[in-house]
Amino acid sequence: MQRLAQLSSLALADDEIDALQIDIGNILGYIQQLSELDTTGVEPTYQVTGLQNVWRDDKIDDYGIDRDELLALAPESQNGQIKVPKVL
Amino acid sequence: MTKISDFLGKNARGNVEEAILRAKDNQQYHALLNLTEKRALERADAVDRGEIKGRLAGVPFVVKDNFLAFGAPTTAASKMLENFIAPLQATAVEKLEAEGAICIGKANLDAFAHGGSTENSAFGPTKNAYDVTRVAGGSSGGSAVVTALDIVPFALGSDTGGSIRQPASFNGVVGVKPTYGTVSRYGVVAMASSTDTIGTFTTNVADAELVMEIISGQDHKDMTTLADFFEPLESVQPGLKIGLINESMTNDVDHEVRDCTLRYVERLRAAGHTVDNVALPIANHTLAMYYIIVPAELSSNLARYDGIRYGYRAEGVKTLAQLYGQSRDEGFVTENKRRIMIGSYVLSSGFFDAYYLQAQKARTLLVNEFDALFEKYDVLIGPTTPTPAFKLGENTADPIKMYLADIMTVPASLAGIPAISVPAGLSESGLPIGVQLVGRMRSDAQLLALAKSLEVS
Repeated sequence: MQRLAQLSSLALADDEIDALQIDIGNILGYIQQLSELDTTGVEPTYQVTGLQNVWRDDKIDDYGIDRDELLALAPESQNGQIKVPKVL
Repeated sequence: MTKISDFLGKNARGNVEEAILRAKDNQQYHALLNLTEKRALERADAVDRGEIKGRLAGVPFVVKDNFLAFGAPTTAASKMLENFIAPLQATAVEKLEAEGAICIGKANLDAFAHGGSTENSAFGPTKNAYDVTRVAGGSSGGSAVVTALDIVPFALGSDTGGSIRQPASFNGVVGVKPTYGTVSRYGVVAMASSTDTIGTFTTNVADAELVMEIISGQDHKDMTTLADFFEPLESVQPGLKIGLINESMTNDVDHEVRDCTLRYVERLRAAGHTVDNVALPIANHTLAMYYIIVPAELSSNLARYDGIRYGYRAEGVKTLAQLYGQSRDEGFVTENKRRIMIGSYVLSSGFFDAYYLQAQKARTLLVNEFDALFEKYDVLIGPTTPTPAFKLGENTADPIKMYLADIMTVPASLAGIPAISVPAGLSESGLPIGVQLVGRMRSDAQLLALAKSLEVS
């Protein structure tokens, strides 16, 4: 569970871990049934409409969005940059 | 129930003021998270001055709160986005506004559209339009309820595994999940990119055709959109071949739901169509496929919520890693975390082949079974849900029981084919029951024409 939480970038509280462990165990148990299906030689389906390589012109489109508007959405910014706590 | 045409040619300010009044009178249902009152009235006045014209001029509507729209925050019913002010509008909203429609509010949903009852909303559940002790369904529960209560004549929702069809069924309205790629998803909070679709809630089929015609179409901002194909049909082709899916009519399904479905089948026959029982054996495995593929995709899509660029940021943390972990733990509801962790699990090395790859191969088997049926049949039918709306709190302790409410709706989602839910009667205790019509890729207009031809006005 700790590893899964870490992979998911979730700092779970201790009281959350026990309940989630039971739920996730049950869900994994349920989805396990797929192993019964014989899929030998079957190709996977990742998308259903068959679209391939949808091209667009190599032109910049700002979609009408302003840089300052986007920066204003950041919880903390300074001098036109988004501010975060120290990395190391 | 009200129709879109009831609002056309009238004073737009009056339409909007009355809709907002109805919304405020029905607060006990908790169908709306925020009203966009100020902007709606400004737009109404612009319509009344003749500055905005169109096929929906002055018609009020509501969008699920995972659509980016101006006039109120876009929360996705989560603490993560509680104060998020959208810098742009969803293409679907823009298209409706271009036709003069007026968004009056943002509808409640399960947080990030993860759920089937609206009980996973960070701001409390929506109540069923027919019985306030029961769930609205989900995840687009609020959109279904505002339509069922006649607050607005139509609402938009998103459907990844049944999130339009199931609440439509629970609240006695028409719900449309189109062919994958019919409507642009630009500006809609992403969940599972290979099955996410945008669709409608209306009180009747003709209104669904009109709104779908307006919002559908290719969009360069969503590269998965298909070339324009949706065009409503005047009438349905006579003598359609229809298959009633055996796996959706077993004894596990509520007997009143089965009875309603069979009565609808009789009406199809009376209208000159043939209906045979057909088998879709893989149906019994589709929920397991869904709860591998969808968590995998959403765990990737929800990685963007990190407390850095927008959304909720936890206080009092020292390092960047703590900031990610703490912001996500506090910003997501439990169901979001369950699904993200399942997604991380099935995608992690060592488990990828056994779960994710196996599910995508099984999905091919599902597509093949549908293709084989659609060689012989034009339309498939079954109940939309195994039971009418369940009680609030009834399934919250058991995630798998909650997931089972989606068992009829996930197959069409995984195959990308169109499916609609239409009202088919009431249970003895007065709860709505819906039937689902499923068609081959791009046959959306035919499904709607068929449903329209059977509609009791």
